[in-house]
Amino acid sequence: MAAAKHSKKGIVLTEEQKRTRRKRSIALALVLAGFALLFYLVTIVKLGPGIFQRPI
Amino acid sequence: MSRAGATRSAEVLPGFSDVADYFALLKPRVMSLVVFTALVGLVRAHGDLHPFLGFAALLCIAIGAGASGALNMWWDADIDIRMGRTRTRPIPAGRMPEGEALAFGIALSVASVTMLLLFTNFLAAGLLAFTIFFYAVIYTMWLKRWTAQNIVIGGAAGAFPPMIAWAAATGSIGLESVILFLIIFFWTPPHFWALALLRKDDYARAHVPMLPNVAGEPETRKQILIYSVIMAGVGVLPTALGFAGLAYGAISAVLGVIFVVFACDVWRKERGAAAQQAAKRLFAFSILYLFLLFAVLLVEGMFR
Repeated sequence: MAAAKHSKKGIVLTEEQKRTRRKRSIALALVLAGFALLFYLVTIVKLGPGIFQRPI
Repeated sequence: MSRAGATRSAEVLPGFSDVADYFALLKPRVMSLVVFTALVGLVRAHGDLHPFLGFAALLCIAIGAGASGALNMWWDADIDIRMGRTRTRPIPAGRMPEGEALAFGIALSVASVTMLLLFTNFLAAGLLAFTIFFYAVIYTMWLKRWTAQNIVIGGAAGAFPPMIAWAAATGSIGLESVILFLIIFFWTPPHFWALALLRKDDYARAHVPMLPNVAGEPETRKQILIYSVIMAGVGVLPTALGFAGLAYGAISAVLGVIFVVFACDVWRKERGAAAQQAAKRLFAFSILYLFLLFAVLLVEGMFR
């Protein structure tokens, strides 16, 4: 992977670095969404029908 | 407990490694075996765990196994670069900074143990935490570079998954889960020593004290045979103790005899291409042996 260039604007990423970062961001978003869904479903499964009978 | 030398410095900036490299850190092939053996433990436990929580527990065990793999690759990067089999891994190949693999491994370790605790129980989470610690610290940082018995003792880390899954399902450690542990525990030495016979030069270059390099090939061949006989005996224990049916007993006995015959072949053929061929055959069959044994246990567990 080509090294990032330093300019007056700061570090300028190469096209490949931008592509890699984008792929990583998408993968991270999918993993986080997966964990959120997992916790949601585990909560429903553990609490069962009682989820509607909790005191407010 | 010291690392043998410097690794190649990473050619990428932190945060710019490819997604495939993070996946490679998890050692997906090892993880698949961990998930499969854990699934067998979960099914055979016949606990009252909800199927979805069972799935979540398996996911936690898989993530924990992946975390161990990442921590192993972080610590072993200096020896991975010297071995043909491992030099294309993300860190030695310069595709990932070491610190990033360390952070990834720690984050996944904490996440997997915490989630297993929340989803199931303290015993399962404690066993998973101990397994990660055992593999990453006891085996990787200490035993691997110190003693030729590294994979005998370290093999326990790979044997824990069915016990963790059993604990997740029942909240206890049953005798059957101990038998599953023992099968994998005694399977590990002949499996890895067959590989070590084939990769002796690699391990010598990396200064890893595997048995063939320390005690010599004849002693390794003898040890392979001894452990194979013990493993074949332990393999039929589920039927002998009444946990599994006659089908499993027959299949495990036949497979055990074949394993010992192949181990005898490794013991007798000491030199040349025939010796290499015998070690290769035992290594390949050892994977099939463990898979078939656990597959039969899984099927019997599902229809019991």
